[in-house]
Amino acid sequence: MRRYLPIVGFLVFAAAPFAVSDYGLGLLIGAVTYVTLASAWALFSGHTRYISLATVAFYGTGAYVVAVLNETLPYGLVLIIAALIGALMALLVGLSTLRLAGVYFVIFTFGLAELVRQLITWYEVNVTGTLGRYIFLDVTAREIYWQMLALAAVTIGLTAFIHRHRLGLALRVIGDDEVVAAHAGIPLARTKLLAFVASATILTLAGAIASPRWVYVEPAIVFNSTVSFLTVIMALLGGANRLWGPALGAVPLFFAFEYLSVNLPNTYPIVLGLLFIAVVFVLPDGVLAGIEKLRARWKRGAA
Amino acid sequence: MNNFSRRAALRSFALVSTAASMLLTGGVFAADDTVTIGYAIARTGANATGAGITTIPNYELWVKTVNEAGGLAMPDGSKRMIEVVEYDNRSSNEDLVRAIERLASQDKVDLILPPWGTGTNLAVAPLFAKYGYPQLAVTAVTDKAPEFAARWDRSFWMLGGGHDYATGLVDVLAAARDAGTINGKVAVVSVADGFGIDLIKGARPAFEEAGFELVYDESYPLGTSDFAAIMSEAQASGADSFVAFSYPPGSFGMTKTAQAMGYNPAVFYISVGGAFPIYPGIAGGKAEGVMAIGGVDASSDAIKGYFAAHTAAAGNPPDSWASAITYASLEMLEQAVARVGLDHAALAGELSTGTFETVIGAVKLEDNQLRDLWTVGQWQDGSFRAVSPADRAGASDPIIPKPEW
Repeated sequence: MRRYLPIVGFLVFAAAPFAVSDYGLGLLIGAVTYVTLASAWALFSGHTRYISLATVAFYGTGAYVVAVLNETLPYGLVLIIAALIGALMALLVGLSTLRLAGVYFVIFTFGLAELVRQLITWYEVNVTGTLGRYIFLDVTAREIYWQMLALAAVTIGLTAFIHRHRLGLALRVIGDDEVVAAHAGIPLARTKLLAFVASATILTLAGAIASPRWVYVEPAIVFNSTVSFLTVIMALLGGANRLWGPALGAVPLFFAFEYLSVNLPNTYPIVLGLLFIAVVFVLPDGVLAGIEKLRARWKRGAA
Repeated sequence: MNNFSRRAALRSFALVSTAASMLLTGGVFAADDTVTIGYAIARTGANATGAGITTIPNYELWVKTVNEAGGLAMPDGSKRMIEVVEYDNRSSNEDLVRAIERLASQDKVDLILPPWGTGTNLAVAPLFAKYGYPQLAVTAVTDKAPEFAARWDRSFWMLGGGHDYATGLVDVLAAARDAGTINGKVAVVSVADGFGIDLIKGARPAFEEAGFELVYDESYPLGTSDFAAIMSEAQASGADSFVAFSYPPGSFGMTKTAQAMGYNPAVFYISVGGAFPIYPGIAGGKAEGVMAIGGVDASSDAIKGYFAAHTAAAGNPPDSWASAITYASLEMLEQAVARVGLDHAALAGELSTGTFETVIGAVKLEDNQLRDLWTVGQWQDGSFRAVSPADRAGASDPIIPKPEW
């Protein structure tokens, strides 16, 4: 029964667009997008504990690739190219930075989004002489939703596969202690790079899939660092090293933010900041781990 | 799956289904005796400043004015009060798109007012078109407005494009050069962002065509705060005209830098921010003669009345570029509703072909665009007065050279 639950859930979600309003569909797209982002982020960061703030660097790049190519190439091909560019970018970045540890890595990844944004701006200003680009694609909201849902399913499936695979074990050891991992014969660079590239490719694809909804794209719009922060907080809230943790963090937070923007538009940033603090201090390992801990304590008390 | 017990799974399922049922029901407004008007505008994030100066105060002022007069007049002579549904788009296009979907498909509002900004208006244009709402895009500067008006036939573009503002400025400078007041050299700087690029792209060929020499032409990144280097290079270039295609932080920074270093070009032109009511304060009370983008016919009674009403309602005067046009777009909407009612197709047709009495005078759109625009204004006697196009009624004569700081 348990094994079929994800499949049943997937089918329910896949059929959902037929039952909801356009706004409901918009909500579903937003929720599934963040499930994908948080899960893809956790694919690399969850086990290795390298906190990456580069989510939007890849997400935005995906959107930009679509903006540049959507008039010259068929949509499917554009998506493939976006994924390849994301992978290539992650490879270059990973090779040069995965030696960094702790806070240095966090700072570098935060800077990466800004770097990509400034590079694109420089290129557009000095070479093409235009900054805004248009995406006029006949992709309906439903198609975007289904593509994003499929990507989310692939991400979670891939995570499940990696968890059971040697790679997952290696990542976990790296996260616990890199020196021990190196001594145990785990190829550090290759392992981290593999997970980083897989994660970044999915993030880039997510940006490419979401972009037709924006119509107009410019660096300031697509490289919005809030996306990076939200992704991290969602994954951490649910529990970044669990298979379903990021998804369970993303969905309630996404709906909470939507509620806040409707009902408390002026205090939203304050609430976001408080949530950040709360997650880090109260639930450092995520809600799922918190529940387990609570239950263990309760059981011990009962016995 | 190891860490995921059946109970936790069921619990999460319950959560998801609750969320799903929330999606299916949701609030529906009964709109029999009121007219619901929705907008999703940036209360937080990067666009909040612009929206807070140009768009939100005008929306609020208009709703207040209409409701105090008994409501929005209908073709049958009855009046219906306006009820506002407002969301924060958090300066994110993804949130904005969702909020518009919510207004259209969930709240089913009667009318939707557009967000602030060029990119945001483009992002929502397909949605306005899909749901059939007329879109009075005021705060969108784009040379592609004719294309967009053709693509989305219920969209209206009311602030022109970079090309309009660039040629308007060149006309002013050419007249002054021909009169012998300034030389034929121009120093120009532009912000490396969509707006700055659009303007400089329009300005280069226009200056060249008018026989000007661009002795200094540099772009600077968005977020630059130290302008001493580019200003002294501009000063050393021998140009009588200093032109900056800038955003408010740059416009303000360059003004202060020019004052600090005693740079007194005959023409000092900045772009966005120059028409803000706070500009004279930023210039230390020495704004006289500064030119900037936009402008209003400051001597018209309608504009005077509008400035007074805005000051009374919002606590400060409006900016002298897009604010009056924003308010005019709302008056157009109000008059169109009074003539044809709330049917979207009829409303769009009326907006497209009708003539309207507004604070900026009589307005008749051409191909869904407002073409009677003030492109250059100048601070004169404490008011920001339009100086270009010079042949349009209400234009003031430019003061060149600008008095020293």
